[in-house]
Amino acid sequence: MSNIPSELKYATSHEWVRNEGNGVVTVGITEHAQGLLGDMVFVELPDVDDEISTGDDVAVAESVKAASDIYAPISGKVIEVNEDLDDSPELVNSDAFGAGWLFKVQLDDAADLDALLDAEGYANSIDED
Amino acid sequence: MTNKTVLHAKHIEAGAKLVDFYGWEMPINYGSQIEEHHAVRTDAGMFDVSHMTIVDVKGVDAQAFLRRLVINDVAKLDVAGKALYTGMCNHEGGVIDDLIVYFFTTTDYRLVVNSATREKDLAWIAEQSAEFDVTVTERPEFAMIAVQGPQAKAKVATLLNAEQLAAVDGMKPFFSAQAGDLFIATTGYTGEDGYEIALPAEQAADLWQQLLDAGVQPCGLGARDTLRLEAGMNLYGLDMDESVSPLAANMAWTISWEPADRNFIGREVLTAQKAAGDQPKLVGLVFEEKGVLRTGLKVITPFGEGIITSGTFSPTLGHSIAMARVPRSVSFGDTVEVEMRKKLVNVKVIKASFVRNGKKVF
Repeated sequence: MSNIPSELKYATSHEWVRNEGNGVVTVGITEHAQGLLGDMVFVELPDVDDEISTGDDVAVAESVKAASDIYAPISGKVIEVNEDLDDSPELVNSDAFGAGWLFKVQLDDAADLDALLDAEGYANSIDED
Repeated sequence: MTNKTVLHAKHIEAGAKLVDFYGWEMPINYGSQIEEHHAVRTDAGMFDVSHMTIVDVKGVDAQAFLRRLVINDVAKLDVAGKALYTGMCNHEGGVIDDLIVYFFTTTDYRLVVNSATREKDLAWIAEQSAEFDVTVTERPEFAMIAVQGPQAKAKVATLLNAEQLAAVDGMKPFFSAQAGDLFIATTGYTGEDGYEIALPAEQAADLWQQLLDAGVQPCGLGARDTLRLEAGMNLYGLDMDESVSPLAANMAWTISWEPADRNFIGREVLTAQKAAGDQPKLVGLVFEEKGVLRTGLKVITPFGEGIITSGTFSPTLGHSIAMARVPRSVSFGDTVEVEMRKKLVNVKVIKASFVRNGKKVF
């Protein structure tokens, strides 16, 4: 069973969201997701200042196996992207919840966080996969 | 019904992620296929290839039979132990399988064919051998371990006794030797130095463990695929199959046209195809931007469309490479287009060989 930190929120499409306070969140993909995808070779990120809406395909995680869309788990404006992934996409594999983060979003509405799954809800959603 | 090789327990012990490979439960990786890939390019890695099919062909007609069966000419083999890569075709000139033939004497050969094609290969070989005085014997009692990489031979050498060391001493590429219980061949599917070792199944787990203790990295099918693709080696079922001529699969070099009176199966069709010059060809593609050329993607050229038969990310080169079947008029050095994730990208056409002995070769 892969690690699912209890302090994060999750989307069923395997993104995690960390509340950094002041309406800012960090987004990444879960350890479970990176395990399914295999060794990451490229990560295409959104541009800073992009306005994104929940469910938009905003990034691409390309592994040795396949290219997978990453969906915005929440709506807002992209304020920072993880540029380290350009040279080291494998960070998504080795540290999915840490150094492998993808981008940060200034939320349109902080209440949107409540619509996401908690760790238990995400664990249940993986079991159903 | 899932088959397991005799090394199955060793794979689980090593943390393998197992997948179904044409009815065999095989390791796809033991953690990171890219790390396994690099181990083979820079040091030594090992693959369980026990699922592959070993077939011994013996008898007074063994040479005559194989000169009929395969498109290369086994009569060229005159040194005991020499190996030959070739294909066997159906009467329509389509590739039934690619294989390696090992020569011992003109009445004694060994074939190694693919596992995914085992049943149809054995049926075809049995059917074609009916008119010849030969015995065809599958050897499922052998396991097979491929040890590949610049340090592979040195690491294997630490496990061999004096007699076995003498047997493999100075062995050139594409040779084989029986060294005690080990049938050791200087063949492989990675573009690196190394051995493929067939041995009695009951000894395989011990050899695997000794190799592990000698620092050889276990590698799964994932790394096997990126390594063979970098080396420009075909994978049956992707780069060619029964509907594809060897002339369209970069296998023309494995056909012996001389002597002209050798009546190998498919000769008539292949001769006509060669004269017509109408077969597409298998080339290499290089894409140095972000993104990965994937199997099945369409290739657009000024001479018509082609298709990517195998595509991947090359861990050695750090960008994507592929093999593609394209119209014959496409030349090395050309730029063609590939439809990738809803957009067209430019890719370069080269000879289908990307990395050999750890180095870029284009």
